[in-house]
Parts: sequence; C-alpha cells; structure tokens
Amino acid sequence: MKGKELKSEAFLNETGAISRFTGWFFHEFLRPRFELREFLRQCFLVGYKSLPLIGLTGFIMGLVLTMQLRPTLVAYGVEARLPDMVSLSIIREIGPVITALIFAGKIGSSIGAELGSMRVTEQIDAMEVSGTNPYKYLVVTRVLATTLMLPILTILSDAIGLYGGFLGINIRGVMSLDLYINEVLNTVVFSDVVPATIKTFFFGFAVGIIGCYKGYNSKKGTEGVGRSANSAVVLSSLLIFIIDLVVVQITDLLGLN
Amino acid sequence: MTAVQDIINQPNETAVKNAVLEIKHLDKAFGGNVVLNDFNLVVNKDENVVVLGRSGSGKSVLIKCIIGLLKPDSGSISVLGEDVLAMGHDELDHIRMRIGFLFQSNALYDSMTVRENLEFPMRRHIKHMNAEEVNERVNEMLENVGLAHTIDMMPSELSGGMQKRIALARTLILKPEIILYDEPTSGLDPITGREISSLMVELQEKYHTSSIIISHDMNCVKAVADKVVALIDGKAYATGTYEELKRSTDERIKHFFE
Repeated sequence: MKGKELKSEAFLNETGAISRFTGWFFHEFLRPRFELREFLRQCFLVGYKSLPLIGLTGFIMGLVLTMQLRPTLVAYGVEARLPDMVSLSIIREIGPVITALIFAGKIGSSIGAELGSMRVTEQIDAMEVSGTNPYKYLVVTRVLATTLMLPILTILSDAIGLYGGFLGINIRGVMSLDLYINEVLNTVVFSDVVPATIKTFFFGFAVGIIGCYKGYNSKKGTEGVGRSANSAVVLSSLLIFIIDLVVVQITDLLGLN
Repeated sequence: MTAVQDIINQPNETAVKNAVLEIKHLDKAFGGNVVLNDFNLVVNKDENVVVLGRSGSGKSVLIKCIIGLLKPDSGSISVLGEDVLAMGHDELDHIRMRIGFLFQSNALYDSMTVRENLEFPMRRHIKHMNAEEVNERVNEMLENVGLAHTIDMMPSELSGGMQKRIALARTLILKPEIILYDEPTSGLDPITGREISSLMVELQEKYHTSSIIISHDMNCVKAVADKVVALIDGKAYATGTYEELKRSTDERIKHFFE
C-alpha cells in the first residue's frame, strides 16, 4: 500500500515538474533575446538530418500497407478502392503517428542524451555563469525546432508513403501515376489534412519538451544520461498516443471524422 | 585559540576597504547535512585566496553560492560592492560577466571548436567588437595559455592539461576582475598541475585579477596562495598565509600538510 502511495506521489511530482518546465518554456519563449542562429542550427539538425530516416520509413509504410490491404479488398471485390484506403490511412493516422514515433526515437533520445551529458559535465552551469540563459539557448531553440520540423517531416513522409502505396499497387496490378494521384485527391479532403497536420505540432512539441526536460534534469553521471535518453523516448512516445487519442476525440466531436 | 584563528577575528581595516568580495555569516545545508555554517571570508583586490578543505567539506558549494548557481540559506555575499543574493536574473548575468569561473571538469562545450568555445561569451556580451577584434582577443587568450595552434580543434581532441588551459583561456576571455577556480589541478599529473599553477599566477599578475581557488593540492596551494582559508565544519576554521598555516600546531590543520 505504501509502495503504491510512493509511486503515485512520484508520478504527481513528475507531472508537476514537467508542467512547470513547460510553463517556463512559454515564459522564456516570449522574452528577448531570441537565439535565432541556434534555432536555425537546431532546425537543420532536427529536420534536415532526420529526412533520410523519415523518408525511408514513410516509403516502407506506404508499400507494406498497400500490400497488406490488397488481399482483403480483393476478397470483397473492391480492389479499385485501394488508393482511397491507403491515402486516408496514411494522411489521417499512420503517417503522423509513425513519423512522430520515429522522430521521438531519433530526436527525443538525442536531445535527452545531449542535454544530459551537458548537465553532468557542468556545461549547462558553464553557460549560466558566462551570463547566458541556458534554458533559452538550449531548451527553447530545441523545442521550437521539433515543433516546427515534425509537421514538415510528416508532410514529406506522407508524400513518400503515398508514392510507396503507388508502387505497392503496381507490384500486383497496373495503375498509372496520374490515375493514382487523381484517386487520392478525390478521396482526401480538407478535414482529413488539417487535424492530422495540427496534431503533428503537438507531437513535435511533446518530443522536444520531454527530451529537454529529461536531459536538463539529468542526474547521477553517465548512468543518468542513459536513463534520460531512454525515458525521453518512452515518455514522449506515450504522450504521442495520448495526444492522438485526444485529437481523435475532438475531431469526432466536431464532426470531422 | 590558535594564532591563525586570531587573524579571522581581527580583520585588517585596510584590507576590508580594498575588498572585492565579502562573505558574511553564510549558511547552506542540504536537508539535514549542514555544509556551510556561519562562513566568513574577505578577498582583497589582486589577492589569491585558497580555500582548503577535505572532499565534501563544502568548498565547491561555497563558490557556487558566490556565482549564484546555488542559493545559500542565509548570510550575505557582496561581489564588487554589489549584493549578489538580492540580484534578479538580469543583474546576476551582468555581474557574472565580471567574474570568471573555472570548472573542475573544464566544462568546455564539446559540440563547439576551441575558437567557438572562446567566442561564445564574447558574442553574447560584447556587442561593440567586430569580427577582427573578437579574433584578436581569442588569439591573445590562446597565446597566453600557449595553445594558439589548437584554435580549430574540438575539445575531445585535446589532452586533459590542454583542456584545462583552454578552459582557463575561456574564463579570461571577458577579462574578469574576479576568478573562481574549482580544483584547477585535480585529475592532472604533478608536472601539468605545476604548469597550470604557474600559469594562474602569471595570468593573475598580467590581468590583475583577484581569485578564490578551491584546492587540496598542496603544491598548487603553495604556488598560488596569498592567503589560505581552511574550511572545516562549514566554517573558516583558520586563515593565514601558507607558511603560517603550515606552522600551525592545530591537529586538523596539520593534516593538510602531512
């Protein structure tokens, strides 16, 4: 019983600390000075450097999804609806969520480990004593970069995934690219794209803030750095699913599903 | 009461007038663990003060309180005539430009080159300097520590002694009036340790800085100290010159010199 109470207390403490850390982000984000150069560097590292992995994942996702869907649709004689199903699945759900999970694995862990290592080697303290606000320089720039880059990466991943779907259809059948694009554009509407894109901003924010929180508060030397990286991925992945659940409920209530 | 303890109780009037740093009745505890207990210290202009103490005695906590990385429970810290504990974030950042801090672990930014490490504080604080002047200052500091050739290297490519020198160059880049050294020779071989100690004295004479040096390396203490303060039980247990403390008959002081 006491163990359960301690766990609940630890959970509430952690939730409170993450909330304060997030509040601190908005406080610092709105105050000058703006670390534009570091922000652009982070955009390059977070966005451009993740492109090959995200692109490859998106391509495989589209290809495999098409190949898995085909037998079921053939059984019901609606094989022609394959582009519709693939495009809706990728754009509304699989594209944003899978891209965000891959992004959490790559970027969340790297931010957690980098800031954790900076914390235990006193680099964050060194920044502070040199009169630089380390939160603004390290955290605000990274969280903004992940928040803005994930939606862009998701759009690219979706596009590559749809191309993967086109190739998947042509493995067993024949369909021209023009017809495929036409089918996709006829199926996907504004209310499919907008909520799916909006939620990726929240996914990106969650990956950035959790990675930074875990790294910035890293303790206990190198062991703590590993733990920060690991828990950054686990917690941000969990948050991605929770945000997804909330967004789906909201879009459902708004009649957008 | 020993002769060295007498020195604490009778502060020199002239010395206090030249004080660049004054700590009065400083207390700091972590939970039930009292680290600093009514600690007092005065550092005068151009003076090197060594704070001597065993591991875990609170030496690093003391300098982290001075620079504002830790908040003491009570007491006062006056740096260059300003009360550090009453300062807001922006004022603290401003006073930090006048204080250098050399970390025990060097704390070089490992994602930046040596040049970028040295430029980092300058680019943020000295707006009126153009690129050529920044470059000149970086080269001057690297020449001071004899490592001008490492300018485009990464910290990971440097030895421990070289990293310490680069960290010292970065500490000096804003030409601070006070420097806080956290165990500057720890983890270095005796020869490199002596070189770092000599370099500290040389640079102190060149730039007329005042320093607090945290150390338990007696070779370093002997080389750099104008005044030594033994931090025992959270207090400035004894104060005097290196020779005065060495002659002390107090058992707890004698341990440091054995």
